[in-house]
Amino acid sequence: MLEFRLSIKNLLGAKLRTFLNLFVLSISFVVIILLNSLMDGWDAQAKKDSVEWEYGSGHLLNENYDPLDSFSILDGHAQIPDNANNLTPILVHQATIYPDGRMMSIKINGIPKDQKSIKIPTAKISANLSKFPALIGKRMAESANISIGDEVLIRWRDKNGTFDANRITVIDIFDSNVPTIDAGQIWMSLDTLWEMTGFNNEATFFIANDLYQHSKISGWEFKSKETLLKVITDLVDAKKSQQAIVYILLLGIALLAIFDTQVLSIFRRQKEIGTLIALGMTRKRVVKLFTIEGSLYSFFALLFGSIYGLPLFYFLAVEGFPVPPADQKVGIAMSDFIYPLYGLKLIFGTVFLVVISSTIVSFLPARKISKMNPVLALKGKLQ
Amino acid sequence: MNREIISLKNLSKSYNIAGKPFYALKEINLSFGEGEFTGIVGPSGSGKTTLLNIIGSLDSPSSGEAIVLEKNISSLNHSESARLRNYNIGFIFQVFNLLPVYTVYENVEFALLLQNFSQDERKKLVLQALKWVGLENHKDKKPDKLSGGESQRVAIARAIVKKPKILLADEPTANLDAENAHSILKTMKKINKELGTTFIFSTHDEKVMKYLNRTIILKDGNIEKETKK
Repeated sequence: MLEFRLSIKNLLGAKLRTFLNLFVLSISFVVIILLNSLMDGWDAQAKKDSVEWEYGSGHLLNENYDPLDSFSILDGHAQIPDNANNLTPILVHQATIYPDGRMMSIKINGIPKDQKSIKIPTAKISANLSKFPALIGKRMAESANISIGDEVLIRWRDKNGTFDANRITVIDIFDSNVPTIDAGQIWMSLDTLWEMTGFNNEATFFIANDLYQHSKISGWEFKSKETLLKVITDLVDAKKSQQAIVYILLLGIALLAIFDTQVLSIFRRQKEIGTLIALGMTRKRVVKLFTIEGSLYSFFALLFGSIYGLPLFYFLAVEGFPVPPADQKVGIAMSDFIYPLYGLKLIFGTVFLVVISSTIVSFLPARKISKMNPVLALKGKLQ
Repeated sequence: MNREIISLKNLSKSYNIAGKPFYALKEINLSFGEGEFTGIVGPSGSGKTTLLNIIGSLDSPSSGEAIVLEKNISSLNHSESARLRNYNIGFIFQVFNLLPVYTVYENVEFALLLQNFSQDERKKLVLQALKWVGLENHKDKKPDKLSGGESQRVAIARAIVKKPKILLADEPTANLDAENAHSILKTMKKINKELGTTFIFSTHDEKVMKYLNRTIILKDGNIEKETKK
């Protein structure tokens, strides 16, 4: 196609102007793909970790229990129903620990020692001979200044409201990216917790495994894995929206540069436009030529961006993007490193977005050519 | 006169300046035959370029009729005008108007690209046109490496490569020294004789006069005098 060949020649001929435009646009390409792939990577990793460490295939909650309301812990438990197949019962109970003489409110989670629904290393409880063996996460260990082997005084109330106290032994500190099973919590054997509280054969909620088929159980409410993960999806989407501002600004700057170049080009190259029309080119073809010329910036930017973008993407895919410790306290699963996820939808979507928007901003000034008086253009007298 | 290919009847072109009509051309009646070598002579502002622009279908008359190759210029739309110029009319400009990012070869080739000639045909015709103007050894140069005379020769080659019926040249020697001007005019004369192309010049250059077969003198948009050799 003639216009295509001419556009490439014109762009290559413009050298520095072309380079600056495509450099700015290539940064937009790379940043949009990078930010979104990091978000997608975080989203995928947070969901995977949450399923593995907390949600399993869903939660069956006691109708009086609300995980976001600590006051509901007191009454939010009941006898384990007879048909609780493929479900791992968890009893949640409130307590206070006294690490280094400080007082700290915590949640005790009673979980069967032999469960395999989530990755809490409960098998270690079976292998330990302490009277009250307990597991804690790294966040809890850090905030309470507890190490493996430490004995900590714990005080709780049993089912009659009577205070009792004893010393638990921390037998392991697990490393999970999911803060909601870690911060302010202690994991113990369900049998031990039943014994401590007197809530025998009771549970606050259940974790479903892959084989669980939900059928209505009176007094219990099922929340599927997808429903539970929606919190993460919503948070990541909200983060993506915030980041969209950054790349909309970047893309806007790049498109403004192209628009500016095209407007200047049409003004500066009006003699050339007049000549093309005098030589027999239709105005429509001249508009097409300038539009293609502008939109080709995006194509060249893609190539140029690939030169430095691909090695960068590869490096981050292998090494991961380090997350500062402060950012890890956002309340949902986040590891020390985020591994970006480069989906075809993301890459093609970004290419489509940049190509279409650069074509539009090239077409807008080029439309002026269709109304251009070729005589004035040849004289270079258009304002 | 050979077969008439351009006919201008009561042709006027006016512009509205500060609410008043300014006539660039007034009631012009002219006709041009095939193979003519005609000059439209007159001082600046006499209407020479306007006349060429109307014949070349770049502009349209305010009143009257301009028939070029049996086409009424006033009734042509943009695409039809472009087609007329593409296939039948060549332009040579005072300041050459070469496309700066293309080589000499590509500048000349451009006119053929618009007509969808094959690559082999294009190559043959471009080299032939460059030979006509004596620039076959400069085909790979960019316009900024050429002298004024050489640039105008490229412009001539670009105009004649598609073998148009009409070649319109707007002050083609105005930016050239005497030696180059004569050389260019000789080239044009040669093309006129050998290809039978109708040449219409606008000029106020005395050097051009002796080459013309027909001279039309314009003054203030009117034909003041017409002479034929």
